[in-house]
Amino acid sequence: MTESKHQELKDRAFKVREHILRMSTDGGCFTGASLSCADLIVYLYSGFLNIHKDNLQDPNRDFLLLSKGHDVPALYGTFVELGWMEKDRLKNHLKSNDSIYWHPNRNIPGIEFHSGSLGHLPSVGLGIAMDNRLRGQNNRVVVITGDGELDEGSVWETLHVASAYKMNNLTIVVDRNHFQANVKTEELIPLEPLADKFEAFGCAVQRIDGHDFEALEKAFTALPFHAEKPSVIIADTVRGKGLPSIEARADRWFCNFKQEEVDSLLKELYGEEETTLTSETLTVR
Amino acid sequence: MSTFSTYQELIKHTALADERYIVMTAENRAVVKELPPILGARFIDTGITEQTMIGMASGLALRGRVPICHALTTFLIYRAYEFVRTDVGIAHLPVKLSAWIAGFLSDGNGPTHQAIEDVALMRTIPGMTVFCPSDNDDMLRMLPEIWASPHPAYVRLNTRPDVYGKHTPFKTGVAEVISEGADVTILTYGMLLEETLKAVDILKNKGLSVGLLNMRSLKPVDEQAILKVAANSKLLVTVEDHFLTGGLYSIIAEVLLKNMTTADVMPLALDEKWFKPGLLSEVLKYEGFTGEQIAERIEAYRK
Repeated sequence: MTESKHQELKDRAFKVREHILRMSTDGGCFTGASLSCADLIVYLYSGFLNIHKDNLQDPNRDFLLLSKGHDVPALYGTFVELGWMEKDRLKNHLKSNDSIYWHPNRNIPGIEFHSGSLGHLPSVGLGIAMDNRLRGQNNRVVVITGDGELDEGSVWETLHVASAYKMNNLTIVVDRNHFQANVKTEELIPLEPLADKFEAFGCAVQRIDGHDFEALEKAFTALPFHAEKPSVIIADTVRGKGLPSIEARADRWFCNFKQEEVDSLLKELYGEEETTLTSETLTVR
Repeated sequence: MSTFSTYQELIKHTALADERYIVMTAENRAVVKELPPILGARFIDTGITEQTMIGMASGLALRGRVPICHALTTFLIYRAYEFVRTDVGIAHLPVKLSAWIAGFLSDGNGPTHQAIEDVALMRTIPGMTVFCPSDNDDMLRMLPEIWASPHPAYVRLNTRPDVYGKHTPFKTGVAEVISEGADVTILTYGMLLEETLKAVDILKNKGLSVGLLNMRSLKPVDEQAILKVAANSKLLVTVEDHFLTGGLYSIIAEVLLKNMTTADVMPLALDEKWFKPGLLSEVLKYEGFTGEQIAERIEAYRK
């Protein structure tokens, strides 16, 4: 990766984090869960995936599905930075005059499918991948799941089927931020050794630092990892990445900050000051 | 008669004529067992994974395919209910659900396999259409229009031999009027048409004027036909292998109330209970759904 490309990705991810913070008030959003996969989403949409504003109707393009769903502020922020969506539209978050809410809405151009109920989009992605194969095309389907989402049996059921059908055009990316809604994954239903589990289900696996653009580039450009297997990328991430006062905390999943806290967090993002958060931010859903 | 004599012939012809069709099953091949070599990659058996099959069908439908999904009813739409509601329903995708052994057709399997709340559950999903053919001939007349429609569809498959012999062409949302009567009109769907035909004969032989509607399409339902029999018949009787809640009796009540009218309606259904498992003939007898018993229950109600 060239230095200028690397800088472009860093700058874009920074802007996406600004958008996420700005959406974290007036009803709030899933701030921590969105910040963890911001780098991943920015990387995928900045040249790797063949998805552009102008080819959304093209059956030969790639497909990205957000299965955990509540990370959609990171995707909307990316759409704004790519010029697919008006920046002002993000201010309509949760307003009845627009259609931007806590989970993906497929009526918004660029959103492939609605989600929010965990464990659905691996199977929907498998269907799209099967259609690509039936058409004799080699375009890719990438499904981003949460790590807490892996509790859902339907994820593993689908991997079973995908590996039986040797779906090498399907890639599952786990945003491994080590938290589920309210607690650390390893303190509730431990997932590790996670790579071994995916391998046991017939997938070819790589585990990388999900905030390192060089590592993301190296892994994604190596796809498929095996000619006859679905690929899995476990992207180790930090919930709340980029904001020390939010990072790796169980109570920073869903956040509804006061405006002055958002202002302070933006300064924290710029490296100017630390933030004292007083809002009750954990909402059990 | 339909051009085809079996479900498998119809689905084979349909899929060979149009590449959009994908035949899927969660390892229930009863009515599609000869299709794998004929359809090749467009026959997809996902194994015993109803959720994955419905999610995958949604992905295929999103790309313009028309998946026809097969499994035992309770697993197809109850195990995978949230996938049907959330993936097929919210996106209004043309996924076609071919449900095997619904209602009394699960005969000896026991309550795990008794799909007797299927009509209730499927009709609550916005945009989902619901169909219950009365026999093989009825089903083969209904399916081409159901599969060609752009809407998601739930069908209680019914491969039992033709019980009527004179089925008319099918139109979505239109009931088949088998007879009209001033004293009693029976409204039914699915495999119980056979028994209600016998009940009608018995009652007619006793001098009653008896009507019979084969509902066929439960959503959309034929409101005009319901209002007509409510106005012209002294007693309406709903006969269904379904819970009393949410099935045809509920549909009739909704239609009458919506139109600010009422009627004397006697429901024959399963009221807060699963049915006693056994051979179909034994089930019908035990639960009071043979033609003779239906006639007796109607006569008793009229007294």
